[in-house]
Amino acid sequence: MAININAKTSGVGGLETTADNSGNINIQSGGSTVMSVTSSGVAVTGSFSQNGAVYSTQPSFRNLIINGDMRIDQRNAGASVTPTTDGTYTLDRWTTRISAASKFSVQKNAGAVTPPAGFINYLGVTSLAATSVGSTDYYAVSQFIEGLNTADLGFGTANAQTVTLSFWVRSSLTGTFGGYISNSSGGRIYPFSYTISSANTWEKKSITIAGDTAGTWLTTSGIGIRVQFNLGFGSTYQGAANAWNSSNIFQPTGATSVVGTSGATFYLTGVQLEAGSTATEFEHRPYDMELARCQRYYEKSYNISQSVGASTSAGQEYFQVAGARNINYGLYTTHYKVPKRASCTVTLYSQNGTSGYLSNGDSGANLGTGGVLFISSENMFVSKNTGSTIADGTVISYQWTAESEL
Amino acid sequence: MVKYKKTLMSDGTEADVILRTTDNANIPTDEANTDYQEYLEWVAEGNTPEEAE
Repeated sequence: MAININAKTSGVGGLETTADNSGNINIQSGGSTVMSVTSSGVAVTGSFSQNGAVYSTQPSFRNLIINGDMRIDQRNAGASVTPTTDGTYTLDRWTTRISAASKFSVQKNAGAVTPPAGFINYLGVTSLAATSVGSTDYYAVSQFIEGLNTADLGFGTANAQTVTLSFWVRSSLTGTFGGYISNSSGGRIYPFSYTISSANTWEKKSITIAGDTAGTWLTTSGIGIRVQFNLGFGSTYQGAANAWNSSNIFQPTGATSVVGTSGATFYLTGVQLEAGSTATEFEHRPYDMELARCQRYYEKSYNISQSVGASTSAGQEYFQVAGARNINYGLYTTHYKVPKRASCTVTLYSQNGTSGYLSNGDSGANLGTGGVLFISSENMFVSKNTGSTIADGTVISYQWTAESEL
Repeated sequence: MVKYKKTLMSDGTEADVILRTTDNANIPTDEANTDYQEYLEWVAEGNTPEEAE
């Protein structure tokens, strides 16, 4: 109940009011409430505007997904990747789960279709064969969210918050599709289903999930929540959708297998996971901010538009040795642009793209294999670990990647 | 098949870095690193890394 103050939009013009003693006030337009004032605060329906500029009424940083609009692709710079090992990363923060190699490819803007309004990129999956999905097989694209960023949801406690997952999806196939969210161990799983009604048409989906009050949900720099979109899951893992389970049910029974059809496509963008029971408008964060958030998990010396392992000097480290340096002596410390989630796995590349090698910075020729004596979440200390002593005055160069994905 | 090798510091002692020789990735001995977690699983399966040279 509330006192209503309504600006009429029909009949005799003017304000009309209804009164009670609830202590609440609703401001209405044409009978629809746009603002409510209660003893607990002010609630606004719709948007704020100032001098014609519309401001979101939703809190910033509500989207727990990083690179949900698929803008950033440091590893492949837009090139297609065909996962051959489980856990192969594609676009930033988006990994793949596979039980067999080379069943699908992933590429930023695969197929070059027009993304949904408000987006310029999408993650595109293409099935490479008509794969028969065995009973324990699995194929999916996933994002693992760091526990430090999901702690406020209170999962695993009596105060677990409801969350809503929303996304734009487009497929050459129609029918019921599946995915799930789970904790780090996979011991608590919520398989969800959604329907794609029209082939080759962008559709927006929204799934609201009651927070899990059971299980162990990490609130550390480990995996807080797994979010997964399934491309094919075996019968062993299929069961009832839309309920929490602890029995390895990851996929709704009967969900469509994307990998089961050669050439089938599955495109995804605008992925958002947020607290609450309503899917709000996708949170478009600035590119530089989103890149930095991706770089907490993966960073490269190469220019952003350059694929890793390319033959190029652009972006590489250069330094000159003062005095002869023996093998396994520290040479140079590289500091990352963004501190990492944990100590990184580091790969060095020579100027011509050979992994594990340093280059002569003057000639660009391979100088010998490079090593890393120390690695932390903020820097690495590089050495030369085979061959001959490095002569005084030698200029050394190398490219690098640093990864601390979940 | 994935393989690993220990690495050395300048004084000849082992560095806190494992080299994955299949792709020349340098893996820190940090249990929060997922590649090191895989290495530990690999060792637990009875495998042994190459000694450093």
